[in-house]
Amino acid sequence: MTTKVYDAENPVVFLRDRTRWHWAEALPWIVAVAIFFLQPITLNLGVQILITIIFALSLDLILGYGGVVTLGHAAYFGAGAYVTGMLSAHLGWNEPISGLLAGATVAGAFGFATGWILLRYHGLALLMLTLALGIMMAELANVTEVWTGGFDGLSGIVIDPIFGIFENDLWRRNYYWYSLIATFFVFLACRRIVNSAFGRSLVGIRENTERMRAIGSPVHLRLVTIYTISAFMAGIAGALFAQVNAYVTLDVLSFARSGTILIVLVLGGTGRLYGAFVGALVYILVEDELAKEYPAYWELGLGFVLVLTALFFRQGLLGALESFVRFCKRLKA
Amino acid sequence: MSGFVTSAVSIFFDGLAYAMLLFVISVGLSITMGLMGFVNLAHGAFAMAGGYVTVACMNMLGVPFIPALVLAFFFVAIMSIPLERLLYAPLYKAGELDQVLMSIGITFMAIAGVTLIFGPNPPAIVLPEFLKGQIDLGFKTFPTYRFFMIVVGFVMAIALWLGFERTIIGAKIRAAVDNRQMAQAVGIDVDKLFILTFALGSGLAGVGGGLAIDIVGISPTFAFNYLVLFLIVVAVGGLGSLRGAFLAAIVLGVIDTAGKYLWPEGGAFFIYVVTVAVLLIRPDGFFGKGASQ
Repeated sequence: MTTKVYDAENPVVFLRDRTRWHWAEALPWIVAVAIFFLQPITLNLGVQILITIIFALSLDLILGYGGVVTLGHAAYFGAGAYVTGMLSAHLGWNEPISGLLAGATVAGAFGFATGWILLRYHGLALLMLTLALGIMMAELANVTEVWTGGFDGLSGIVIDPIFGIFENDLWRRNYYWYSLIATFFVFLACRRIVNSAFGRSLVGIRENTERMRAIGSPVHLRLVTIYTISAFMAGIAGALFAQVNAYVTLDVLSFARSGTILIVLVLGGTGRLYGAFVGALVYILVEDELAKEYPAYWELGLGFVLVLTALFFRQGLLGALESFVRFCKRLKA
Repeated sequence: MSGFVTSAVSIFFDGLAYAMLLFVISVGLSITMGLMGFVNLAHGAFAMAGGYVTVACMNMLGVPFIPALVLAFFFVAIMSIPLERLLYAPLYKAGELDQVLMSIGITFMAIAGVTLIFGPNPPAIVLPEFLKGQIDLGFKTFPTYRFFMIVVGFVMAIALWLGFERTIIGAKIRAAVDNRQMAQAVGIDVDKLFILTFALGSGLAGVGGGLAIDIVGISPTFAFNYLVLFLIVVAVGGLGSLRGAFLAAIVLGVIDTAGKYLWPEGGAFFIYVVTVAVLLIRPDGFFGKGASQ
């Protein structure tokens, strides 16, 4: 990357340059389409990866850009999953796209309400509040058995074919495209957000909250805004999950899910959007290979990688790759 | 005596035994987090390790229960020292995210290691005769082991309180929790204090793990399943506060037991409500030092 000097008087040029597409950015989508036709992995696994990408992207907005560490992001994933699921199971609202948006909207509204309060705190208090909130939601879903199905899970979800044509077939052919298109839209939105002036102000808050406050940035409002958007997107991921599986269990709200998505994102690399893609792909593929047959070795390896990441590769896989490329370039020069 | 009073007494009694278990395990976490500001999610793994050391000593080597607990303390305490130096110390100044990830990583490895050695099922131990059976209080009988747990909890609380309030080392630790830089400036070797308190806190977690076998049971997943409880005891009590951890353990332990007793399906809900409520009003917990807001 060549460094270009920007005119402070005209920030638009800077923002426009950042928004320009690089050819390499077509890569994930080419891979995604290739997976459909070549099927090196089952499409069911592909759908899982796509859902994880959306969820990880939503976390990247608040963690990688806003700098908010949360241990309870599954609350919004679960809200999306349960709302979409319950709309179908109890009210017969089976149309997929509006069901998805309804789930995401409720998750977003919940994100706004909770974020408004939570984001007044930081440090350990925030960490513990997000953790407690996440588990509280799981317990709440457990006791409101009449609506959520409780411990047995929510069954009876019937999703109509998309546009009345594309059914959820056993091989997930249609739902692979459905998830891929959803992922694409979510990614476009994220990319637009982080490269906007608003996105830059989030990075400012992440780097130095006090200074942003001093120059008059409405820090709390900015954080609540991105938190709401993030919750909405997590809700999309959850709603997709409910529609694909036609079944929702308490697992969608679990602490394990909040922790896992954090791990996925950090392994891929935070604050760079594509980290969500790399992290989700690598994590789900390796987990699928190892976790069923050698669960103990999978945990051992995962733990080891996490310790190494925290100590030596804080920028994740993509960050390590970037440093490596920079290192090679310096060798050439 | 009426049924209501009997149930209330037995809830309080069971809750207190549970609370003392929470206290023994959480107090070390509270002190180390207060002292080092390190979000240590591996504390549950230390407790689990202590539990398995107790099991191994008793079932494989035939060591009696009480000496096995002492061995668990020393094993976990000594094991934690190289961990602290190699893995924790480099991250003292890093953000919470790195600390969270690193300690989750340790927890995963500990769970995997224990599963590989002992298998995934909860192990059982045979308690010594004097801890078996029931104690009759006239209107109701209570398990002797719970009495033992309550006594151990109170004795440890008093011993720790004396250690903190009445010894030079305790004074140094309190000074470092209050203001690390100032403590360093007056010549306290804070690094050495870190190692010492970390080992002590981890060792206590180890004993707690051993004591937990006959109360909540241990299994490899204990490291994660109960971690959240230890963390909320620390957060609600306030970082680095002995009486905070004690009070929070009692409040949360009794409420949790009462919730589960009165409403078995949904009782676990209450302590999270209490936790959120306390933290919203007092982000630093009951006796926190005011660093969170």
